Amino acid sequence: MDKRELTCIGCPMGCFLTVMLENGEAVSVEGNTCQKGDIYARKEVVNPTRIVTSTVKLEGSDRSRVSVKTSTDIPKSKIFDVMKEINEAIAKAPVSIGDVIIKNVAGTGSDIIATGNGDLI
Amino acid sequence: MKSYDIVIVGGGPAGLAAAIAAKEAGNDSILILERDKELGGILNQCIHNGFGLHTFKEELTGPEYADRFKQKVFELGIDYKLGTMVMNIEGDRTVTAMNREDGMFTIPAKAVILAMGCRERSRGALNIPGYRPAGIFSAGTAQRLVNIEGYMPGKEVVILGSGDIGLIMARRMTLEGAKVKLVAELMPYSGGLKRNIVQCLDDYDIPLKLSHTVVDIEGKEHIEAVTIAEVGPDRKPIPGTEERYTCDTLLLSCGLIPENELSLSAGIEMNAVTGGPTVNESLETNIPGIFACGNVLHVHDLVDYVSEEAKRAGYNAAKYIESGCRAGNTSGNIEVVAESGARYTVPKTIDTGRMEDLLTVRFRVGDVYKDSFVSVYFDDERVMHNKKRIMSPGEMEQIVLKKDELVKRSGLKKIVVRIEGE
Repeated sequence: MDKRELTCIGCPMGCFLTVMLENGEAVSVEGNTCQKGDIYARKEVVNPTRIVTSTVKLEGSDRSRVSVKTSTDIPKSKIFDVMKEINEAIAKAPVSIGDVIIKNVAGTGSDIIATGNGDLI
Repeated sequence: MKSYDIVIVGGGPAGLAAAIAAKEAGNDSILILERDKELGGILNQCIHNGFGLHTFKEELTGPEYADRFKQKVFELGIDYKLGTMVMNIEGDRTVTAMNREDGMFTIPAKAVILAMGCRERSRGALNIPGYRPAGIFSAGTAQRLVNIEGYMPGKEVVILGSGDIGLIMARRMTLEGAKVKLVAELMPYSGGLKRNIVQCLDDYDIPLKLSHTVVDIEGKEHIEAVTIAEVGPDRKPIPGTEERYTCDTLLLSCGLIPENELSLSAGIEMNAVTGGPTVNESLETNIPGIFACGNVLHVHDLVDYVSEEAKRAGYNAAKYIESGCRAGNTSGNIEVVAESGARYTVPKTIDTGRMEDLLTVRFRVGDVYKDSFVSVYFDDERVMHNKKRIMSPGEMEQIVLKKDELVKRSGLKKIVVRIEGE
């Protein structure tokens, strides 16, 4: 059995997690104080994922950027592919929180959605 | 100028939560004064996620978290003025402010809530030797440039200080194509949250060098390189450990300082450890009717705690007015003392007569403690002894006191918070 030690990123508590692995699969998680930690640990040792946040160029507003995020966590290995698409995108005002800016970003199945508002001027 | 019962200085997370709570506690005469062109404060540029897990049970970005509070303020019809700078607060709670529409104006308020937030420690305050070229930014300034204005400060970055904004910016600059060469931290531990070390540095193989600092800055017009050296236990550079890093950007993330110029001119008593006002159980300063909350009171690690604290301040301000501006009972208060390991407590005194059923006392520790205990003593008797796997100066700790337990012990003079090994 292999042992891996992780710091949970589920919330700012940052619990120390100990994961026992057998044939690449997590068999037990210790040190978590909530369900989130268990889910994070099991995912992190097999297929680590992250939420990506950035900004997209905004046209037609008094702001030049609107903040965005992936609607779900995406595989860590896809972060820079996602960033490339985000940097090529241009949003048009008005934009409201929750609006989809890019559908199925970099083939991840996740959308890029606005996390800020951009009023039309 | 219209007069108001409660004037709130600052429309960031603390000011917004305080306003909402005061309104919900029954006060209808509230004004928020904000110097930026929108409400929300620093959250507007904190586009990363991780906010609101305690408050909303979901993970939000900064702008989304701020929007929840802004919408509530709009819904409740609370007055606010943007682009408005508060110039002075008098001890009699007269607030002087100015903006382009109204010019300079004064409001005689019954209660004032201080919610001005904090400021980043600057290069000047850090005494870093070397030239003074362009390309040196505080991490928060860089964050504003990248996330709001859409400009990248540079491509080859060194970060001094491992505060959360520095860690967040290490990831942000990397995502935008910059090479972040290292994060150097003077102390033997990080000043930021553990999760940010993992997801901002480890994820991108950015080295964190603890017990290191910048000892030289090169470049006449623009920064060209920095020299990093290891420091000893006395935090002085160790000769022979110098390493040179070429860079076009140096970001500073070396601590936050509560912004209390207005509080000082009002004659408010300060706590030397936090840099914020000394407050009682109602988050009221030594001047009756002036309350403080959020980062102007003491620097928080989580905005959720800011909102929680600010709610108490708003509620208490409304109650203060409802009671006919009755000052707190200044005699016979219980003193809250931080000792051995605990650096400070907020609040510092408790009047059980005004205390709510449950009171959260927040504090920070002065060092990294593993498998240690947070102990609470009522006078000489230990009443709480909670084990914590890890405590570090970067993270805020808290205990909750119950009113009935304090009332039961008549004559209680002192509550002591202590960090103990066993």
